[in-house]
Amino acid sequence: MPPRSCALCNKARAILKRPKTGQQICRECFFWVFETEVHNTITEAALFKPGDKVAIGASGGKDSTVLAYVMKTLNDRYNYGLELFLLSIDEGITGYRDDSLETVKRNQQQYDMPLKILSYDELYGWTMDAIVSQIGKKNNCTFCGVFRRQALDRGASALHVDHIVTGHNADDIAETVLMNIMRGDIARLGRCTLICTQGEDTIKRSKPFKYAYEKEIVMYAYFKKLDYFSTECIYSPDAYRGHARAFLKDLEAARPSAIIDIIHSGEAFEVTEVIKATQKVQQTCKRCGYMSSNYLCKACTLLEGLERGGASPSVVGLLVTTASELPFNGLSLQTNRMQGKLDAVLISADNMRTIPLFQTPSTLRPPMSTFKEQLSSSTQSQVIIDPIHLSTLA
Amino acid sequence: MSATSSPAISLKVEFGGGLELLFSNERSHTVTIPARAPSPAGADTDVHPPGGGGRPADIAFLIAWLRANLLQERAELFEENGTVRPGILVLVNDTDWELEGEGEYVLKDGDEIVFISTLHGG
Repeated sequence: MPPRSCALCNKARAILKRPKTGQQICRECFFWVFETEVHNTITEAALFKPGDKVAIGASGGKDSTVLAYVMKTLNDRYNYGLELFLLSIDEGITGYRDDSLETVKRNQQQYDMPLKILSYDELYGWTMDAIVSQIGKKNNCTFCGVFRRQALDRGASALHVDHIVTGHNADDIAETVLMNIMRGDIARLGRCTLICTQGEDTIKRSKPFKYAYEKEIVMYAYFKKLDYFSTECIYSPDAYRGHARAFLKDLEAARPSAIIDIIHSGEAFEVTEVIKATQKVQQTCKRCGYMSSNYLCKACTLLEGLERGGASPSVVGLLVTTASELPFNGLSLQTNRMQGKLDAVLISADNMRTIPLFQTPSTLRPPMSTFKEQLSSSTQSQVIIDPIHLSTLA
Repeated sequence: MSATSSPAISLKVEFGGGLELLFSNERSHTVTIPARAPSPAGADTDVHPPGGGGRPADIAFLIAWLRANLLQERAELFEENGTVRPGILVLVNDTDWELEGEGEYVLKDGDEIVFISTLHGG
């Protein structure tokens, strides 16, 4: 085939077919359009303001490595005025995270950014290796996802940053849209396409690669010769996401716009007021102070299960759930047996390892609500996690 | 493998993004493959038509050849329906294979082919 010239500059030889547009473009134009599109995503969503301290959630993998490089490039080129940090979570997975953290440490040197590593071990007293040896490989992703989300917020808090950016790309978001549709999780469907999320007093999280195709991220890393780590988590088979991902890749092969089309579909769904009303009132965990929609946050609930020596987290979750599902004035009608179980859960916490008190960097925490208020305000409870945080740190 | 008398071409093959784990954990390989592939595409790679029959070796043939001769484990993570599994990027001399005819690109001696998986965690 004859070499063809770039559709943008009409000079250099094309080296890449863009999945989004089908355009054939050269290396330099590719770098430029990729970076400029991310810049446009950032400015159109007004993600940052000058002086912001921003942590890049860094796993050492392709997405976060490219994100760190591009954030640094754009911050310099367009004078965003951001103070950038690398924030890594060490889940304690021998042969996986220890190797990928070496990549992050090299990134720290290459990009000249301060790096903070926070480990599950120091925060929760448990590594994923220890968790898996206690509970087995099934469901361990639930622990990892819940623990990582909170660890990122706590790491951000320690760095005094008010914003975390993650490397979630268009493919990841399209996958999550599909999964939420397949599970009928309408509430999450409404949220999962948001470029930026912020709870009442949580740290902002955003996804500057929301519209960046995985193919272009990998090509960018390849042509820039960026140093990244790629190995599957040794515990990871998140089978459901795997199927969604394979399906999405098949769709993309047939029609590359499928990914952006699915994101658009996700955005176009309107979540009705009725569904929004059933979403839970945000409050704080009575044990560790982290944001929670229940008496205990998910991490404290899971940690309690571990500390009880293999007690299934769902048992503990069920106890808390059952109590919190009752309207407050129904509490007196509970059987003694139920009250006994509840006391056991609440009292025995003294003997267990718990998570240090969570402090947000910026806002004052409202006074802790009482257990009674908590009981009356909760409407539902399950240990489920935001699916997008099931995948590795991104 | 090809008979000693058959013409052959030498290629540099690289694996990245975790694919190297399927190929003895080596990223870079130099391989010598028959210059002509059995026809049609997808036929058994161990059968080589004597005396220059078949078709010139293309990337589709290379994929089948790598699967049969170099791949050590979990073939389904590399090859699917006669091509690479969706989500694997292929570059021919540092150019996206989608610009080069994908599987139909006819290989030349000295070509450099890169396979990168995008499927591993970010």
